[in-house]
Amino acid sequence: MGVELTSLSLIDVHKAYGSTPVLEGVSLEMQPKEFVAFLGPSGSGKSTLLRIIAGLETPDSGEVWLDNLRIDSLAAGDRNVALVFQQYALYPHMTVRDNMAFGLRNAKVPAAEVNARIAQAAKTLEIEELLERKPSQLSGGQRQRVAIGRAIVKVPKLFLLDEPLSNLDAALRNRTRVELAQLRQRVEAAVIMVTHDQAEAMTLADRIVVMSDRKIQQVGTPMEIYDRPANKFVARFVGSPAMTMLPVTLSDPDGGFAQVVLANGMHIQTSVLQSVGQTGDAFDLGLRPENISIVTSGEGTLDAAATIVERLGDRTLVYARLTDGSEITALDRGDSKVRMGDKVHLAIDGRAAHLFAPDGTGHHAGHAA
Amino acid sequence: MSKTARFGGAFFVLPFVAAYSFLLILPFIMGLWISLNRADLFGARQFIGLDNYIRLFADPVFYQAMGTTFLLALMIVPALTIITLLLALALNRATRSAAIFRGLFFSSSVLSVTIVTLIWRFVLTPDAGLIAKILTAIGMQPIPFLSDPNLTVPAIAITTIWWGLGLPMMLFLAGLQQIPQDIYEAAALDRSSRWTTFFRITLPSLRRTTILVIMLQTAAQLQIFGQAQLLTSGGPSGSSRPMVLYIYEIAFGRWELGYAIAAAEVLFVLVLALTLGQYWLSVRTEDRGR
Repeated sequence: MGVELTSLSLIDVHKAYGSTPVLEGVSLEMQPKEFVAFLGPSGSGKSTLLRIIAGLETPDSGEVWLDNLRIDSLAAGDRNVALVFQQYALYPHMTVRDNMAFGLRNAKVPAAEVNARIAQAAKTLEIEELLERKPSQLSGGQRQRVAIGRAIVKVPKLFLLDEPLSNLDAALRNRTRVELAQLRQRVEAAVIMVTHDQAEAMTLADRIVVMSDRKIQQVGTPMEIYDRPANKFVARFVGSPAMTMLPVTLSDPDGGFAQVVLANGMHIQTSVLQSVGQTGDAFDLGLRPENISIVTSGEGTLDAAATIVERLGDRTLVYARLTDGSEITALDRGDSKVRMGDKVHLAIDGRAAHLFAPDGTGHHAGHAA
Repeated sequence: MSKTARFGGAFFVLPFVAAYSFLLILPFIMGLWISLNRADLFGARQFIGLDNYIRLFADPVFYQAMGTTFLLALMIVPALTIITLLLALALNRATRSAAIFRGLFFSSSVLSVTIVTLIWRFVLTPDAGLIAKILTAIGMQPIPFLSDPNLTVPAIAITTIWWGLGLPMMLFLAGLQQIPQDIYEAAALDRSSRWTTFFRITLPSLRRTTILVIMLQTAAQLQIFGQAQLLTSGGPSGSSRPMVLYIYEIAFGRWELGYAIAAAEVLFVLVLALTLGQYWLSVRTEDRGR
């Protein structure tokens, strides 16, 4: 038994379907009771990884450990994990009660204990009135509660949630999101949620595992992922609207920090350490909308034409096109006067900017050594 | 709904309703009337009330035929249901060999009853049949499948099962493929053993298909005719004569149309009652499950 506390460990997991690789060298350590979100676009391998942890797929190589027990060769039912399926996968011919009891009975849990656990879970999830119904007599939201209940009664060491909110309508999704947050406080287990929705991942998870292209791109807290994206993919995938990328070249540094030149010759002072590269190197300048504001003209502004104006009430998003054709997204006040087609002047807060090397690696604001 | 829309709908179902009425409802009603007459095939009619039915229920041959019919149905329907279910379970996979076997087992269904009976005659006949040859080769006596009164009914049953494998197997395959894969994965995570999965997941999911197969087969096998006529002609001494053969012999052998139709009406009511009974039973047990 190791002294260090981990719940799930993945060590160099590889998986391919025929000649198509889907996971390449995935490693991860989870803390006890941690809520981790696997975030990525479809085809990034996140669902396959979840299924490997659950035991529904076998990795080609690599190890899966849960609470200091190697589980990758165990049968799915012997791993002490519970999976809430995207389509819920309730047994259609069984009542809600039997759906929840099925796994416990197979595990030879005494009847009294089965009943007690179901009663407890039903109370927690407020599905006591539904216990004798069949899945076909339930609404989508109710089905999902039952699916969660079926996972809870097993008292697993790890909950796996496969796109838990994707089948719910917008109103129910927000409610369920809050409930999932409450739920994880009550269960003594770690949770992994697969999602392609960055808002879900940001609001629920302690840490986010951003996946793309068969690999883990970055692991970090939601704010780390947002503030210090490891690469261009993470920077563009997390945050809505996406981060603007502008091609720049490094110019002579000023005070230890990198200074860059835009295509139109404008200089921008960043807070990225000058050691990022040599004068003349090409980079992408990453700017979140909140770092670009609309000003009434003046020194050091960028001229652009507003193409789309989205009014969100408390703020306004202005999608604009620079004179060289680059797209840029700026943030303005809720009562913005900008209209589509207007000429606007943009002020850029270079100190919050990110720089991305040609290989995609991200460089962020740092302190001079 | 507008008037034209209603007429439009009626227009679409009209061809079916017309054919159905003309070919089924009308003959049924005419049959009911003829069964109350002494009638022959040449149009002679004499109203005799329920005499045909009274005579029928006093006829020992009628009861013998009824008994044979039910015996055949009992031998065929459960066996056919179980065999085709097992076949479907074995062949429900996306391999080339499974596809070939599905085709093979279905192929017997496309043959006509004449061919099927001919094939099984070659297998069963005691003088030069396949089984007889095998038995003589290993020094045993040939078995008289087609003349021993105890063996004729099983012989007809086996022929029928072989002939009828295709459709129920396909129905079960279709039923199996409609079961979502993720409930099997849920069962795997629920530590369900193979047997538990089969009895608690697969079988209940096939419930409707099974009911359909049993109902269709019951209705079909109670009307068994061709195999019996061609294989044994109902013999020896009527031991393998099912109801439809009995009706056929009265109508076209003895030309007693009214009497034959009375027997046919009784069979019709029986088939209808049995299948509806099965349906009612299945609906009732499903409701209780709720």
